[in-house]
Amino acid sequence: MNKKTKRILLPVYAALLLAFLYLPMAVMFLFSFNSGRSTLSLEGFGFHWYAELMNNARARDALWNTVILAVSAAAASVILGVLAAVGMDRLRRKWLRSAAQSITNLPMMNPEIVTGISMMLLFVSISQLLQIKQALGFHTMLLAHTTFCLPYVVLSVSPKLRQMDSHLSEAAQDLGCSPAQAFFRVIVPNIATGIAAAFLLAFTISLDDFVVSNFVGQGFETLPRFIYDQTKKRVTPDMYALSTITFAVIFILLILSNLLQASSEKKRLRGTARNN
Amino acid sequence: MKNLQAKHRRSLLLNAPHLLWSIIFIVAPLLMVAIYAFRDRSGSWTLDTFRSLFTDKESALNLLFIFRSSLWYALLATAICLLLAYPLAYFMAHAGKRVQRNLMMLITVPMWMNFLICTYSWIAILSERGGLLNLLLARLHLPEQTILYTPKAVVLGMVYNYLPFMILPIYTVLSKLQPSLVEAAQDLGATRWQVLRKITLPLSVPGVISGVTMVFVPSVSTFYISKKLGGNKNQLIGDLIEAKFTTFSDRNGGAALSLILMVMVLLSMVFMRRLSKDDDGAYVAG
Repeated sequence: MNKKTKRILLPVYAALLLAFLYLPMAVMFLFSFNSGRSTLSLEGFGFHWYAELMNNARARDALWNTVILAVSAAAASVILGVLAAVGMDRLRRKWLRSAAQSITNLPMMNPEIVTGISMMLLFVSISQLLQIKQALGFHTMLLAHTTFCLPYVVLSVSPKLRQMDSHLSEAAQDLGCSPAQAFFRVIVPNIATGIAAAFLLAFTISLDDFVVSNFVGQGFETLPRFIYDQTKKRVTPDMYALSTITFAVIFILLILSNLLQASSEKKRLRGTARNN
Repeated sequence: MKNLQAKHRRSLLLNAPHLLWSIIFIVAPLLMVAIYAFRDRSGSWTLDTFRSLFTDKESALNLLFIFRSSLWYALLATAICLLLAYPLAYFMAHAGKRVQRNLMMLITVPMWMNFLICTYSWIAILSERGGLLNLLLARLHLPEQTILYTPKAVVLGMVYNYLPFMILPIYTVLSKLQPSLVEAAQDLGATRWQVLRKITLPLSVPGVISGVTMVFVPSVSTFYISKKLGGNKNQLIGDLIEAKFTTFSDRNGGAALSLILMVMVLLSMVFMRRLSKDDDGAYVAG
């Protein structure tokens, strides 16, 4: 590739692809300010649908449910996942380790719809056995979300464990720590960044999940389930308002993290030559 | 010796919670799918669920058609994603640090948006009457297009939703590729095209493989995209499974279909892995 194509053609191409990715967002942004009910033709400008959304009790409940679920599922999957990562790291038998890994990774490989259906069948059968009337709800959502977040937690914690000097926790124990103390005082601080990243990742995955929730979440409405229900009929622009707000929040968060990253990089690069 | 044994026991103990969890909430549910698939409503073991899926005159023809279109659309969407994503990933990997970071951010944002509402809003773009695309085409004096409720819209929805999942893994691999390898090839007289074909492409195969699976698996099993953008005529296997569970409450049939879908996906992943290994071998030999 010569310099010219590199300088002109590729940026243009990138811009076109990004335009494709952002087209729906632009449409939603535009129509969220529509004063009419339509999502096809603009009738006027107004904040009517934002006000509508703020007054929508069902949407508020759904948001609250989503956040509670995401926080609990992230916490549960981080606890389980950190234990799993540390445990698998110590398994010396290769086949045992790879077997444990493949089982934990299954929800990541399997089509989501299969994961959702399989869990629903389990929950329904168990509650039939125990003669529980309300088979599905918050508890089944929590169990399911924790399960499919687990592999992502392991994936973000394991590399940190591998980077860590494995003799450190042994040294701590030689110096009189109990295994539990060694875990909390030596291992956890060493992999703290991995744990934080895992929590955030699990939180966002849970927040965004629709397919599994669709099957195991009857009676517990999260935002994705609420949106699904809304899109069964003709959507009103308040859903677009919701989407626009989400977009703004995500964008601001990402820009903040980007700036943080940039400033830490600058610090690292200060004094050395820039290599572009 | 005793110490070692204790250590071994402790490591097994550490693994107990998540193994137990995985067996209860991952393995057992999958067994439940198999149990439901091989049983009838009354709970006795049978192969009838599968047999009726494939022999009932109406549903069998329909089912074959649905399977074929699911596979075909997903493959098409995956191929398009790969073709679109590779140049962008390549460009990103060779851009400056700041450009890389900003592009990375711009590509991640859509991944975090709710895919239901984004998919739905494509209706406003593609809609025949009053859709933005056709308004634009009319302005440009070009013929109007019918896309919504055709297979084109379904594939477009898949490409739109899963394109970032193709870009990111390829970008990751390409950005870690050592420039010294490319320089060495150039020093030895390789043209740019040869470098791309013999160094960059083969070394990016792992990224391509994970991108392909991350696009293919959700595409082949989707039910929302096809329902919203494909209308009633373009049902996919996911739609059928979802309908079995929600509207028809035919859990056995749904479980049987899920089992088939799962086997299909697992087989295609094994096939992909085999393919990538063969590739490596070929490049080492050549």
